[in-house]
Amino acid sequence: MRTGVLSLQGAFAEHIRKLRDLGNDVFEIRSQKDIEKPFDALVLPGGESTAMKKLLDATGLLNPLKQLISEGIPVLATCAGLILLAKNIEGGEESCFASMDIEVKRNAYGRQLGSFRCKEHFNGEVIEMPFIRAPYVTKVGKDTEILSVHDDKIVAVKQGRQIAVSFHPELTDDTAVYDMFLKI
Amino acid sequence: MNEQYQLNRELAQMLKGGVIMDVTTPQQAKIAEKAGACAVMALERIPADIRAAGGVSRMSDPQMIRSIQDAVTIPVMAKCRIGHFAEAQILEAIEIDYIDESEVLSPADDTYHIDKTKFKVPFVCGARDLGEALRRINEGASMIRTKGEPGTGDIIQAVRHMRKMNSDIRKITSLREDELFEEAKNLKVPYELVLYVYKNGRLPVVNFAAGGVATPADASLMMQLGAEGVFVGSGIFKSGDPEKRAEAIVQAVANYTDPVLIAKLSSGLGEAMVGINEHEIELLMAERGK
Repeated sequence: MRTGVLSLQGAFAEHIRKLRDLGNDVFEIRSQKDIEKPFDALVLPGGESTAMKKLLDATGLLNPLKQLISEGIPVLATCAGLILLAKNIEGGEESCFASMDIEVKRNAYGRQLGSFRCKEHFNGEVIEMPFIRAPYVTKVGKDTEILSVHDDKIVAVKQGRQIAVSFHPELTDDTAVYDMFLKI
Repeated sequence: MNEQYQLNRELAQMLKGGVIMDVTTPQQAKIAEKAGACAVMALERIPADIRAAGGVSRMSDPQMIRSIQDAVTIPVMAKCRIGHFAEAQILEAIEIDYIDESEVLSPADDTYHIDKTKFKVPFVCGARDLGEALRRINEGASMIRTKGEPGTGDIIQAVRHMRKMNSDIRKITSLREDELFEEAKNLKVPYELVLYVYKNGRLPVVNFAAGGVATPADASLMMQLGAEGVFVGSGIFKSGDPEKRAEAIVQAVANYTDPVLIAKLSSGLGEAMVGINEHEIELLMAERGK
């Protein structure tokens, strides 16, 4: 399986390392020529969603990736990636791929002093979850499955072949999120 | 490792591949965010003006920093003077996302840096070589940047510091394990930090380039030399067309190995900041705090 990791900004190297450790063929997506060859799955990493949006636009990657997502390529989106997939962003900010029927709140836990780690259920396992200036999901559509809730806030969702989480599985030793993604 | 420190190191990981821009007003902060900056540094005067004004340069007015926090959704950083832990406490009280204990401001202490382990809020510090970087990390810094020579638009010092850092790291990895104790003594840092560098071939925290970046080509140069992201201080808002230059530098960092793209990005950018040659300046900020 060939997995492309959006590598315009943020913690893409951590996803790449993790996926390679799990035996995947992984490559960086930085420009349109990187996606000329077909691939099987897409990762949208954490970072700053405003910076990534700007760069998706500037590199011309926005539309081809949007197309692939709508055609059903498996997607794993973490933190900023979750914001890129959301149809609605609280406060009316413009959406990006808008492929997931959810509403998200950016910087939902406040500034860096509000960042935290916790252990929470995900797909039948208790895993470590680092939240860094993280968003959470405020509303889900009827086709969106809730995978994880922490303190009454939705922090992981699935819709079709898209998985989106508020936290950073790439920064822990738990592989539950990747296991689910790689089996889609 | 303390949990907050780990989260602070991880925030720096989220900034990688990005550009952190100096801004002095909410309006500039918005321009930076729109151009794709991954964070902004709020300060009253950019380094070029600090240099021109002379005198004592201090932490910015908290009210001014707050106005920038209110203007953008990306992380906001601010500078305090080297060793001035009371300024750092104030910045923590207003919930800044990152403190830069910075040689750009007038040092408050010529012996001691801030004990950054006493803070919840993260710190970034400048370093010219591996010893400086590990000393700052030992004091609790969760991100490192080159010192460069701020406010000059001259890249030579940032290049020198980045090359020195990486050659110091390569040297450590080439040692025998029983030689690390002596190396720790030479660098004046704990053995455990040297061991980390020996085993991983890198710093334990993210390392950005800073000081003198003025063009997309400068940004690409620093990324190719091993920087994980770039700070741009005076280079943007001292130039002819800040919006265009900001966007160009952001894109150059994301695709730093694509000269065709960077040629396009560098075209018609207007005046770059005028710049001062490192030999023309009397005050070397990089010499502050070692």
